[in-house]
Amino acid sequence: MLEVKNLHASVAGKPILNGLNLAIPAGEVHAVMGPNGSGKSTLTNVLAGKPGYEVTDGEVTFNGQNLLDLEVEDRAHAGLFLAFQYPTEIPGVSNMEFLKAAIDSQRKAQGEPAISAMDFMQQARAIAKRLDLNPEFLKRGVNEGFSGGEKKRNEILQLLMLNPKLAILDETDSGLDIDALQVVSDGVNAFRAPDHSVLLVTHYQRILNYVKPDRVHVLARGQILRSGDASLAQELEARGYGWITDAA
Amino acid sequence: MTEAREDLEKLVKREYSAGFVTDIETDTLPPGLSEDVVRFISAKKGEPEWLTEWRLKAYRHWLTQPHPNWAHVHFPQIDYNAISYYSAPKSQADGPKSLDEVDPELLRTYEKLGIPLHEQALLAGVKPDPDLPVETAAGNLGGQVAVDAVFDSVSIGTTFKAKLAEAGVIFCSISEAVKDYPELVKKYLGSVVPFTDNFYATLNSAVFSDGSFVYIPKGVRCPMELSTYFRINAQNTGQFERTLIIAEEGSYVSYLEGCTAPMRDENQLHAAVVELVALKDAQIKYSTVQNWYPGDENGKGGIFNFVTKRGACIGANSKISWTQVETGSAITWKYPSVVLRGENAVGEFYSVALTNNYQQADTGTKMIHLGRNTRSTIVSKGISAGHSENAYRGLVRFSPSAANARNYTQCDSLLIGDRCGAHTFPYIESGNASAMVEHEATTSKVSDEQLFLCQQRGIDAEKAISMIVNGFCKDVFRELPMEFAVEAGKLLEVSLEGAVG
Repeated sequence: MLEVKNLHASVAGKPILNGLNLAIPAGEVHAVMGPNGSGKSTLTNVLAGKPGYEVTDGEVTFNGQNLLDLEVEDRAHAGLFLAFQYPTEIPGVSNMEFLKAAIDSQRKAQGEPAISAMDFMQQARAIAKRLDLNPEFLKRGVNEGFSGGEKKRNEILQLLMLNPKLAILDETDSGLDIDALQVVSDGVNAFRAPDHSVLLVTHYQRILNYVKPDRVHVLARGQILRSGDASLAQELEARGYGWITDAA
Repeated sequence: MTEAREDLEKLVKREYSAGFVTDIETDTLPPGLSEDVVRFISAKKGEPEWLTEWRLKAYRHWLTQPHPNWAHVHFPQIDYNAISYYSAPKSQADGPKSLDEVDPELLRTYEKLGIPLHEQALLAGVKPDPDLPVETAAGNLGGQVAVDAVFDSVSIGTTFKAKLAEAGVIFCSISEAVKDYPELVKKYLGSVVPFTDNFYATLNSAVFSDGSFVYIPKGVRCPMELSTYFRINAQNTGQFERTLIIAEEGSYVSYLEGCTAPMRDENQLHAAVVELVALKDAQIKYSTVQNWYPGDENGKGGIFNFVTKRGACIGANSKISWTQVETGSAITWKYPSVVLRGENAVGEFYSVALTNNYQQADTGTKMIHLGRNTRSTIVSKGISAGHSENAYRGLVRFSPSAANARNYTQCDSLLIGDRCGAHTFPYIESGNASAMVEHEATTSKVSDEQLFLCQQRGIDAEKAISMIVNGFCKDVFRELPMEFAVEAGKLLEVSLEGAVG
């Protein structure tokens, strides 16, 4: 589904990613872990196409398409979703209005008609319930006055409503209490399917107790230094990052 | 970040959709202003002598007035002798007796603008139930709107006159009102905005050509929305309309005003006066969607919109509410105000003013509290994009007689891009220690993070901006009548095109 080859990227002229390689097949969940400042957020932002991140070398293909050639919204239309680490507020624009605009933009890009208000509301209510969110939540302004946990659950609500092919979660687990972590993990697990992939970027092993990864990668100094199965995460939890980063 | 902006700049720029010119024979006075011109206009309208004299007094006063320069707007001096002060479609020299007599070309103009001048045409397709009594029906009449259309200097037709007459409501052009209801006009014309009020209002008093007149009798709730559409068509003409609305005791009226003009390279002057009079327990709701041609993206052409709008809450418990959405005009200079004379009177001002490209707006309101327990609310949302300058200027005055008066002001500015300006000039004068005033102001920017969030979810930048701006304006849009709220939302979208450039 996603193939990243020799990716180099810099922010404000400063190189952050230095030849990163990563391949995520369809149906798999890959965790990317790493210490602070290793380039985790840069990776997610480069994949989503955030302005200000400059790709200096390498290539990224997404379901056979050259991802780096696509505009931000076209990447979304192609099925790439980014759950933000710090979801931003849009005052006065209701969650509902925002979600419907997003769904309709994506349907329009696929040549489909807009979703009917009734179908939309049914889906949104069902998903909100699953995420333990009061339906009133849909009427509030996007992330406006939401608690940290609500913002993260709102990201998962958007994920499940938009139903993309690849979900990139940028430290979605950070700052969540154990109950919220459980709810968010359930949401991610509900998204798992043979034609869906997940790139789960995290600092801690904790969420991997709930969302079982197929592969775990260690990102440091802008490169994947080591990859392994789920047991690698446990090893990191026990030993820290030093034994990998120092050896490299 | 520049990438997204450049892309946006490349996006197709829809043209100002109301910018066409109607090819029609007109009766136009040569440019220039003199007592003869004032007399000509008055004679053309067959006005009584008192009105001719009133105009002349205004004209003589105007000659003594310096051009005001306190507003935060800049433009070259206007040559008032280069403007023609009267233009009327020729075929209507004697005025249309009914809509059937209106030049079909004119009707097509209004069709292009989406304004139905045929009475059977309903805006929202909701047919009112004829069996319902007037009071009850009013609430259900969402779809029916009576329209007075003003083309250049004259009113070309008013719809639903007969139906309104049944309720005792008078809705006609001010020229007709001068002929048919002279005592009402004489009593109220200039009672809220005297001819000495300010430079442009004085000019208007001298040369006003037409406009709308509304009279709601005692205890009547006007059975439908009333609406005037103003259209400037002719070249080198000024438009000086005068609107007068009188709501007798216990009456209610909701009035909508829309404006468009063709795209022309030279600036055109629009100096209107609107006077509202609310007697005891009466309510007037006045909504404007102003879409005058704003000039092109380099700031060439566009309307100079120098307008005086004021309402007087004369009676106790009366209420006047201004709601405006301003996206047009090269320069806007406008302060819809309320004089709160009656006890417990309420004044409201809800405004969205959007400027893009090289537009300049200096707009706001005045709430003059004279009576006890009077209350006013001001909610102003200014949006600046491109190279534009957007200023809010508001005065809240509590006179010594205004015991326990209250004002709440909320004044928010939103900036799009980094080449525009937002300014706030609040004036608060309190002559009564028991008066209370609250003032809140914010300035924010459409952030790159907000844009990125929307785009990441698949929403393109242009749609994202319009959504963010609409969210910002929600408090004001809520106050607009349904048809206008939809129109206003669309208008913002069009006006913002290329705004992120």
